[in-house]
Amino acid sequence: MKKQAPLGSVFTDGLWKNNPVMKQVLAMCPVLAVTVSAENGIAMGLATTFVLVSASTIVSLVRSWIPSQVRIASYILVIATFVTIVDYVMKAQFLEMSKALGPFIPLIIVNCLILGRQEAFASKNPPHRAILDALGMGVGLTMTLFVLGGIREILGSRELLGTQVLPDAFEPWIVMILPAGAFLTLGFMFAVANAVEKRKEDLAREEVYRKHYRPDTLEPAAQKEA
Amino acid sequence: MELFLIFISAAVVNNFVLAYFLGICPFIGVSGKLSSAFSMGMAVTFVMTLTAIVTWLIYHLLLVPDLVFLQYVSFILVIASLVQFVEMFIKKVSAPLYRTLGIFLPLITTNCAILGLALFAVMRDYGFLDSVVFGLGAGAGFTLAITIMAGVREELELADVPQAFKGVPITLVVAGLLALAFMGFAGLI
Repeated sequence: MKKQAPLGSVFTDGLWKNNPVMKQVLAMCPVLAVTVSAENGIAMGLATTFVLVSASTIVSLVRSWIPSQVRIASYILVIATFVTIVDYVMKAQFLEMSKALGPFIPLIIVNCLILGRQEAFASKNPPHRAILDALGMGVGLTMTLFVLGGIREILGSRELLGTQVLPDAFEPWIVMILPAGAFLTLGFMFAVANAVEKRKEDLAREEVYRKHYRPDTLEPAAQKEA
Repeated sequence: MELFLIFISAAVVNNFVLAYFLGICPFIGVSGKLSSAFSMGMAVTFVMTLTAIVTWLIYHLLLVPDLVFLQYVSFILVIASLVQFVEMFIKKVSAPLYRTLGIFLPLITTNCAILGLALFAVMRDYGFLDSVVFGLGAGAGFTLAITIMAGVREELELADVPQAFKGVPITLVVAGLLALAFMGFAGLI
């Protein structure tokens, strides 16, 4: 039973607490580049998740055989292999999407998030934990991509996943689907996340304050006893 | 003339950082100080030009036509060894520069701008000379963007930024404004 709890948190860590984009500020290039629409965001997220999970599995399986001097190169080779697979599958099955994402599918190879997880987690943990961690990070990334892509798509072309959600009277903000819109939207998302985090911290501090200080006197309770 | 167009296109009109979102990590990570930003730009330009040369040779002499599926794997290996080489070179020549660039030197390997450059050159069917100029132009564009960014951020140090926007958010907003400004070059070509 004791092992179950950490396993769960290995997965949920990537969703918010260690969200690859919002908290670790990794994987910025694909995040900004492909989020013209929510659909592209999801596709990119899923492709990255697949590579991340596969690479983590392999790296975790062979972790004791990789000499530490050449570990980065080995990780990149594993990643590049899986990215080649994804690229060819996308070209064969989803040509439209493959064209829309363009060079950003091969660029998954140099996504710092994937290499980072190999170095920080998969190379030190058994496969089942590595897979869970990779899944959590992948889902966290996909969610962020979806939100960012969704915001840009709604404001930039009045649509979400291809269906119109805002009335015709709303003038689309062209800037949102331009490169500048990606930077601005993500900047505001970071600011909101910061504000939420700050609020949480304040609440936690208030809680500590209530516990240790008597509210009527504002004196530390512990000091009084001494 | 054609070469000049490729250079201008890569440097300002389709700036790698502000139009293609390549190389965002160093763009945000190393743009705190003007001098180190400029050195980073120079290092990237150097690696980019070398990469353009080497990947063109590999692609056209080795991989075409049978081994194209090895493209990504071989490109990334070449880039990784090039970066290692540049790192050793800088360490030998200038220790202070080596310390300033710190973790970001090895990270040039995973700088998407470098691999992106190699991929774009292949996608657009550039000849050898085109590729080299493309690499130079993209590097110049990266240097330009990261230097401007560092200049703005040094001023920002003194500005009264709202609490929630401190750090990464305001940097991204500045990048957004820069991207808007660079759109002004769009009609140039």
